[in-house]
Amino acid sequence: MRDWAEYSIAQADGGGASLAFSGRLVVSTVGPIDHELRDLETPLASVDLANVTEMDTVGAWVAWRIARDHGAQITGASETAARLIDAVKSSASDAEIVPPRRPLAERVPLAVGEMVYAWGGGIVNLLGFLGAILVAMGQTIRHPSRFRLRSLVHQLELVGVNSLGIIGLMSFLIGIVIAQQGAVQLRQFGAEIYTINLTGRLTLRELGVLMTAIMVAGRSGSAFAAQIGTMKLTEEVDAMRTIGVSPVEALVLPRVMAAVLMMPLLGFFSAVVGIIGGAFLADLALDIPFFTFLRRIQEVVPLHDVWVGLVKAPVFGLIVGLAGCYQGMQVKSNAEEVGRRTTMAVVHAIFMVIVLDAFFAIFFTEIGWD
Amino acid sequence: MSVFDHLSDLPDLPARFTGDYPIMVEGLTNRFGDQVVHENLSLKVRRGEVLGVVGGSGSGKSVLMRSIIGLQRPAEGRVEVLGRDITAADLDQNIGVRRRWGVLFQGGALFSTLTVGENVEVPLRQYYPEIVDDLRHEIARYKVRLSGLPDAATSKYPSELSGGMKKRAGVARALALDPELLFLDEPTAGLDPIGAAAFDRLTRDLAETLGLTVFLITHDLDTLHEICDRVAVLADKRVIAVGTIPELLASDHPWIQEYFNGPRGRAAMESKERAVHKAKAAMDKDAPRGDTG
Ligand SMILES: Nc1ncnc2c1ncn2[C@@H]1O[C@H](COP(=O)(O)OP(=O)(O)OP(=O)(O)O)[C@@H](O)[C@H]1O
Ligand SMILES: [Mg+2]
Repeated sequence: MRDWAEYSIAQADGGGASLAFSGRLVVSTVGPIDHELRDLETPLASVDLANVTEMDTVGAWVAWRIARDHGAQITGASETAARLIDAVKSSASDAEIVPPRRPLAERVPLAVGEMVYAWGGGIVNLLGFLGAILVAMGQTIRHPSRFRLRSLVHQLELVGVNSLGIIGLMSFLIGIVIAQQGAVQLRQFGAEIYTINLTGRLTLRELGVLMTAIMVAGRSGSAFAAQIGTMKLTEEVDAMRTIGVSPVEALVLPRVMAAVLMMPLLGFFSAVVGIIGGAFLADLALDIPFFTFLRRIQEVVPLHDVWVGLVKAPVFGLIVGLAGCYQGMQVKSNAEEVGRRTTMAVVHAIFMVIVLDAFFAIFFTEIGWD
Repeated sequence: MSVFDHLSDLPDLPARFTGDYPIMVEGLTNRFGDQVVHENLSLKVRRGEVLGVVGGSGSGKSVLMRSIIGLQRPAEGRVEVLGRDITAADLDQNIGVRRRWGVLFQGGALFSTLTVGENVEVPLRQYYPEIVDDLRHEIARYKVRLSGLPDAATSKYPSELSGGMKKRAGVARALALDPELLFLDEPTAGLDPIGAAAFDRLTRDLAETLGLTVFLITHDLDTLHEICDRVAVLADKRVIAVGTIPELLASDHPWIQEYFNGPRGRAAMESKERAVHKAKAAMDKDAPRGDTG
């Protein structure tokens, strides 16, 4: 049970009542009485502090505010209490705690307008950003010594090598699912053997690269945005600029290059593991021996399927790297922004990858690689 | 108080600390990997004093503060704050202690998604849910003003503040709960000299009127002379000396001599002496008037 501060109100004869506080009048005890005294109707002529045993600035504030609101006199204040009251009195203010918000009717259209505007601006900025990367690339080609090889190698490791495990596991499972579901459907036509075509072509052409791109967006694109965003917050990026180091060269280029270089390798790796997953299932459940499955793959999968995957992969890598770094560079002001931008980086990257994948599918069919 | 019955299950608050030493550090050892920052460090802070903590950059002042407030688990040793062993218990179990101290971190450490006013409200909201919104807003407003910030700063976000303003906002948050114990890590670094002097006065005033114990890390020699009752010197991984400035001057440790008798140390001391002379002269002049009045 807490000891709250207490008060009593005595009606004085000469008009107006007198409020007397007693006990400890400090931040931990004033909550309830402050609440009650806010609704006090009786006009007060004086506020008496003689029985207050201890006071801090919050207690002083409560006493002073009540006295002010009622135009009452403060009596019986000890020397300390008087000093505290003086201090809070001279610091009284009615400043806003949060910046004033516009009414809802204005806020909604405003937010929508800003969003549309930012969307348009975003596309222009993104193109500008791509341009800056190309310029930086040109610079490094002209001055190869400025190229950040160590940084690139580090990013290659983070984006590529370190994600082999998770991408391998994911692809293996997807291979199993495709083979299993495919077999169930194809069995109805007695065409179970086509499970091999299905698994091989689907993983090499589509799923290997697509799932890898999604995984890289979630793993590395988000990391790009969060790292660069945090560096913007702590003014590291500004510090770089003043030293004459271009942040695009030092931060963005290695990351985007790592994504572009690693995506084809990871995508191919993913397809291979997917096929192994399919072969594994076929061996267990479909009575197709493991190595027969692999040999048949060579026969039924045209080489251009491999090329389709390998052409798409670096483009997806570029999108993932670009989205991550671009959103990171847009961070301003606060920690929440880092989170928001990181989310945007991943969402935009995955969305763009899927849209482009649809275009690629039509394109490759049109040129006869079907 | 029937309306507030639901509040009666709030944890009881311990009364004010009445022992002699609100902060007691014994045999503290801190390591980061191979680097030993503190070795067998002991320090006692007296109740109601303003203790200045000085030491070279990297001598471990901030780490000492972090150990005292329980953020840095020491390799060895015992830290007692307001009579409770901080090292034994979990930080979460020390709520009773934590709501009785206020901390200003060296970097300000303001919550970047909240305005200055909201930053000040956070500890109040956390520990005193019975305080109604209106009172909480009022408290936040006057604390911000009290820390020397203009009204307009209350609704600003940390990213919109200057370096010195961030420091002050950090102080406002440290003072939010009217703590018994105040930890300040370089409060006047980055303040203009006028602001720094005002801040010194504020600390002194609060310490005197509220009976605060202040653990004040500083490089500011003027602050040391102006407001510190005692000064602890951190060097060689230990507290090599604690005492008033005259006491420290008597020590023959080379670092202490260099510190207080170097060019800056001298300048600060002289300005203090001048101020004392002036005050004396003013008092002499005032005296006859005081008698008649
Ligand atoms: N998290 C950490 N990890 C590793 N080493 C650390 C860490 N924090 C501090 N140190 C080391 O501990 C030593 C003391 O650091 P501390 O921050 O306490 O210095 P300080 O006395 O506060 O210096 P300043 O006056 O510059 O603020 C330094 O050598 C620092 O490198
Ligand atoms: Mg420090």
